[in-house]
Amino acid sequence: MTALLEIEGLTKAYPGVVANDDVSFAIQPGEVHALLGENGAGKSTLVKMIYGLVRPDRGTMHLRGAPYTPAEPRAARAAGVAMVFQHFSLFEALSVAENVALGMEDPPKPRDLAARIRAVSETYGLPLDPDRMVGDLSAGERQRVEIIRCLLQDPKLLIMDEPTSVLTPQEVEILFHTLRKLSAEGTAILYISHKLEEIRTLCDAATILRLGKKVGECTPREVTAAYMAELMVGKSLSQPARDAHEPGEVLLHVAGLSVTPASPFGTPLREVALEVRAGEVLGIGGVAGNGQDELLSALSGETLVAPGTITLKGEPVGALGPNARRALGLLCAPEERLGHAAAPDMSLTENAVLTARIRKGLDRSGFVDWGKARGFAEEIIARFDVRTPGPGVAARALSGGNLQKYVIGREILQAPTVLVVNQPTWGVDASAAAAIRQALLDLAQGGAAVIVISQDLDELLEISDRFCALNEGRLSAPRPARGLSMEEIGLMLGGAHDMHDMAGGAVA
Amino acid sequence: MIRLEKRPQPSQGWVIGGPILAVVLTMIAGGVMFAALGSDPLEAIRIIFWDPLFSERFASYSRPQLLVKAGPLILIAIGLSLGFRAGIWNIGAEGQYIVGAICGAGFGLAFYPSESPLIFPGMVLAGLLGGFLWSMIPALLKVYARTNEILVSLLLVYVAEAMLASAATGWLRNPEGSGFPGSRNLSRHPGTNNPELIDGTGMHWGVLAAFIAVIAAYVLMNRHILGYQIKLAGQAPRAARFGGVSPARLVLLCMGASGALAGAAGLFEVSGPAGQITIDFNVGYGFTAIIVAFLGRLNPIGILLAGMLMALTFIGGELAQLMLGLPAPSIQAFQGMLLFFLLALDVLANYRVKWGREAAA
Repeated sequence: MTALLEIEGLTKAYPGVVANDDVSFAIQPGEVHALLGENGAGKSTLVKMIYGLVRPDRGTMHLRGAPYTPAEPRAARAAGVAMVFQHFSLFEALSVAENVALGMEDPPKPRDLAARIRAVSETYGLPLDPDRMVGDLSAGERQRVEIIRCLLQDPKLLIMDEPTSVLTPQEVEILFHTLRKLSAEGTAILYISHKLEEIRTLCDAATILRLGKKVGECTPREVTAAYMAELMVGKSLSQPARDAHEPGEVLLHVAGLSVTPASPFGTPLREVALEVRAGEVLGIGGVAGNGQDELLSALSGETLVAPGTITLKGEPVGALGPNARRALGLLCAPEERLGHAAAPDMSLTENAVLTARIRKGLDRSGFVDWGKARGFAEEIIARFDVRTPGPGVAARALSGGNLQKYVIGREILQAPTVLVVNQPTWGVDASAAAAIRQALLDLAQGGAAVIVISQDLDELLEISDRFCALNEGRLSAPRPARGLSMEEIGLMLGGAHDMHDMAGGAVA
Repeated sequence: MIRLEKRPQPSQGWVIGGPILAVVLTMIAGGVMFAALGSDPLEAIRIIFWDPLFSERFASYSRPQLLVKAGPLILIAIGLSLGFRAGIWNIGAEGQYIVGAICGAGFGLAFYPSESPLIFPGMVLAGLLGGFLWSMIPALLKVYARTNEILVSLLLVYVAEAMLASAATGWLRNPEGSGFPGSRNLSRHPGTNNPELIDGTGMHWGVLAAFIAVIAAYVLMNRHILGYQIKLAGQAPRAARFGGVSPARLVLLCMGASGALAGAAGLFEVSGPAGQITIDFNVGYGFTAIIVAFLGRLNPIGILLAGMLMALTFIGGELAQLMLGLPAPSIQAFQGMLLFFLLALDVLANYRVKWGREAAA
């Protein structure tokens, strides 16, 4: 049998970095093939070459035996290669069908298209109503729009970039069901991920990349996750360590926190209540867009609320701004590193002043002590192993993982009473993620209260004492994290979004 | 295909070399234009850039003019640069300049003919306050009614011009002026005079104030937490809010500071070089200062140099009109070229040009 796609010696270099170095592998028809690697291993560049977004410097590709050199994505789509990106390109103010039509070369009449969308969505078990506004859809539903957009082209090879990072466990199940069905019909799937258990469940073959080179291939079902992790990272990873302890007094108490979002596509917070004690890590799980940003803003002081809704050590802080809360010991690290947690064009020294001015005394009667600020930036860089030439470098010049270590380190070194972090390891490579988790655990060990908001459920189970779920702006009651199963967590997260809607829609 | 690729750090070489190259390119393109108009290009460029400062015939008159013209431009541009750095767009400095002049002149004339040494300081304060209050209209409307400060501040320029006309022809008119429009002459009256401080230099209190403003702005932007917050708000508004910067406070502060400085510039002008309130008292310093602020890359030292350069092209341009009979629009076109090349080359400081057809990922 000839391979569907055969890749030989693909090489792509950017100034200063070889993104792909002599990568070869083959995908068989109907195969679910995993492309596994850390951030920066070269997965994205590789699939961009397959999808015609980037031209290889060297190497050849063959599709069904014929030479394949897509000059642009349109050529790739014409040849039967489709791709679902990690970041969706959808217009929130348009309906599902309108969004799908925008991506087509030659869209059919709206009514026919709606019918085709319904047909495809039923065939593959992807519940979706073509008339709904994309702005109203959950992340999982938006992904379905992208998938259906691809399936309407009847692809031979479907590339999926980190598809499960935005899904609840139940939604992941639905997706896997669809992918298995596609595979059974002969469509090959190139599945990019760094989640090992997922790959073991779904994939028939795996190619593992590290630093742009292919370092191995395996049949995921026949090897352990630890084996794949070692290939991927190049060393064995340590699990975060922590001692058992009794939580202390309540440090942060939130009750009846309701916030109306400023933008029409934001999520309102509804009657959020939580408390977190000294020495404790509270994990808040949930799919992105369920109120995480709004919750962080309310806790950081960017959104002001009634004074009594948030109390820190019994003191009402709801009406205080960010700096007043910092002075009292409530620190935050938002999800968006560039532009929110740090100013992209400012140096690391300047970014140290952003949040640490008050607790670290980086100014004297309004005048910034740049020497002291630089010293603090250097301390963060040294203590948190931030790889950078020095504190004078602009924040945007750092890789995601390094900047995240810097941002988290900046807050931790201010010795917070309560630290709130949102998506602390999103887009961060495995070793940096492990270091960040360990730092958060150490902080709790030292008597601080830590709230971790994350989409990564494995991460939350690993480091939290108690777990609660944020779903459509509501926070569930907390449960001890130890012993929680994925099934239970999935139900806490609200299960699969809008399955009931689809049941109604299908009848109508 | 040409692509621009963002540099990880701005290139220091281009930050300094860009403006120099821009002046050279302006000379070349402008020379071509002057040649097409039938003048000797080398002579035209010499008259614009060299003669105002060094020619024996003209320098004694035009050299002091350099500071006289540059002073208000720099003073206003320094104020504007604070807001522009923070993403707050005060386009109405011309109006604040006029209102400052009216308030300051009004204060001085109210005590006429007193020659008390307290009058001039009082006029300065009145000028600052007038510009400040005029800028508070767009600022407060922006903060409390979410209006656009660009439109409101710009439209208030026309209101200020109407006030100027009514002042010059009505309530500030010189009672001994035989009915001619225009106020009493402030610069010829000892109590209200803004004199030349050093003979033959053009240096008056307003120029001194401009230099002090340059130093103060430099210290503010580089050392003070407020300057840090201004930069932060302009570069990353979300990070600024996270860092505890109140957007409303920043709007009031930046608009107020730029309005006050523009008002002061108006007062120094009306009590010195202009001498009196007239219908056509304002000559566009408030608008030109916007260009100066950007030419100087919103940096105090840059603004100082840009203000001087701008003043030089004004004076040299007038001289070229006089000497070579070049039409006034050609001088404006020449100034436009300078701005064009400066801004175009500015891109190279932050971006690298890539030749080739690879589509960016």
